[in-house]
Amino acid sequence: MARAVSTRRKLIYTLAAWTAGLLIFFPILWTVLTSFKTEADAIADPPVFLFFDWTLENYAIVQERSDYMRFLWNSVIIAGGSTLLGVLIAVPAAWSMAFVPSRRTKDILLWMLSTKMLPAVGVLYPIYLIFIEMGLLDSRIGLTLVLMLINLPIIVWMLYTYFREIPAEILEAARMDGATLREEILYVLTPMAVPGIASTVLLNIILAWNEAFWTLNLTAAKAAPLTAFIASYSSPEGLFYAKLSAASTMAIAPILILGWFSQKQLVRGLTFGAVK
Amino acid sequence: MATRHSRSAARLMMAPAVILLLGWMLVPLTMTLWFSFRKYLPMRGGDLGGVGFDNYVRFVTSSAFWPSVQATLVIVGGVLAITVTFGVLLALLLDQPIWGQGIVRILVIAPFFVMPTVSALVWKNMFMDPVNGLLAHLWGFFGAEPVQWLSQAPLASIILIVAWQWLPFATLILLTAIQSLDSEQLEAAEMDGAPPLSRFGHIVLPHLGRAITVVVLIQTIFLLSIFAEIFVTTQGSFGTRTLTYLIYQRVLESQNVGLGSAGGIYAVILANIVAIFLMRIVGKNLDA
Repeated sequence: MARAVSTRRKLIYTLAAWTAGLLIFFPILWTVLTSFKTEADAIADPPVFLFFDWTLENYAIVQERSDYMRFLWNSVIIAGGSTLLGVLIAVPAAWSMAFVPSRRTKDILLWMLSTKMLPAVGVLYPIYLIFIEMGLLDSRIGLTLVLMLINLPIIVWMLYTYFREIPAEILEAARMDGATLREEILYVLTPMAVPGIASTVLLNIILAWNEAFWTLNLTAAKAAPLTAFIASYSSPEGLFYAKLSAASTMAIAPILILGWFSQKQLVRGLTFGAVK
Repeated sequence: MATRHSRSAARLMMAPAVILLLGWMLVPLTMTLWFSFRKYLPMRGGDLGGVGFDNYVRFVTSSAFWPSVQATLVIVGGVLAITVTFGVLLALLLDQPIWGQGIVRILVIAPFFVMPTVSALVWKNMFMDPVNGLLAHLWGFFGAEPVQWLSQAPLASIILIVAWQWLPFATLILLTAIQSLDSEQLEAAEMDGAPPLSRFGHIVLPHLGRAITVVVLIQTIFLLSIFAEIFVTTQGSFGTRTLTYLIYQRVLESQNVGLGSAGGIYAVILANIVAIFLMRIVGKNLDA
């Protein structure tokens, strides 16, 4: 492992990696910077990078004009609610598949995964129709349910891979000591599985927060989350760069921070254990 | 080890997840299948009776069909080519000893967490706008004529936006795979005097083979159904109408549900073909 690396080589690699990293990150950086500019500075020619009059007015205007907090709240409820509901349903399922596997466990897992691959547009009208019939169109409950269902396979899978790493002997020991099934799950399994459950929750909040097919098609004014709010900047407000940037920055900041904590889980959650 | 009691309890605990997903899959899909054989125009008379395979024939013979297949293939292929190529290069680079590795990793991964509507709008307005966009300034700086990105090079523009969003995913997975490579094998090859390129070709690339396959399959499934990136940029004009977008327009914009549903069934079949390959790999891993 210990390969001697010359300082010069390390310097070259460092320069190359930082250049690539900054280039990829630049659109985000530029958006954040622009959010602090006046509209005039935002379209200045040549563009100004750091030396402009920093201002917070865009954030105030975005909140004032479009009631930003309402969209944020919708995003929080929908992303948080669908994840919580999904985990509540998935924990027992993942537990039983990890600790009491049967011949069909593998088939069930793969089948669950296959539902995730159903193209949303293929069932758009039926869902739309069901939503109208049940009065769920443009409601937070409806969207929470749909996002829970589309992420449920990922939640089950992630929990399953985490649970499988817990040695079954520990559970058996608890059973010997007379723990009931409920106690076994609540007091023995859950504490050990907390890190796994936490990462599952994190990744699924991110996925639900950024979901942009159902959130765009099933909401109008009332239940619209941030994805739909930003889409409303499509035109002509989108040409006010500073305000677009402020709205965008507020929409992505929370998830960017959560995301950085969950980089490792990203691989596990999105490849279904196919890459380790 | 499992008693009969715990077996039946296990089945009971699996039931909610299984029943919900079964319902989620079967109910809407059955409805789509049913609609696809009807002449169904909600705004113009509702369900006007069965028409056999008419919708299926009309969907593929309409003048919009082949261009949409072409647009889909170009976008999916272009994004895959860019993300896999640069993903491998970036992963190799990030695997090297560098100062501030953690920070660079964070910078590279960031785009993945940006919601699709934000990345599409930021690129469209702040970068690709022919008057005030940064790229127009950059072109102007070199004395070149600014490009009307989304109308003159619409597919390339969409590919750029989507590739920017998915590059982090490819990089992260390939980096994970590279880090699991046995470094002793590489060192041995180095000692034997194998040049870097042949070390890459004979040891690294074969090791990455499966990770690349996984990246390609998973991304294909997601890329076949990109929606928001087109919805907020071109709305399907300038030849960017993908199969997904075409079906969306048939169903919700022109409210021709029968025709759109037939298209939906085609999309389901297409996604399933890709999914079968992915499931094989995932399934093999479950046994291991």
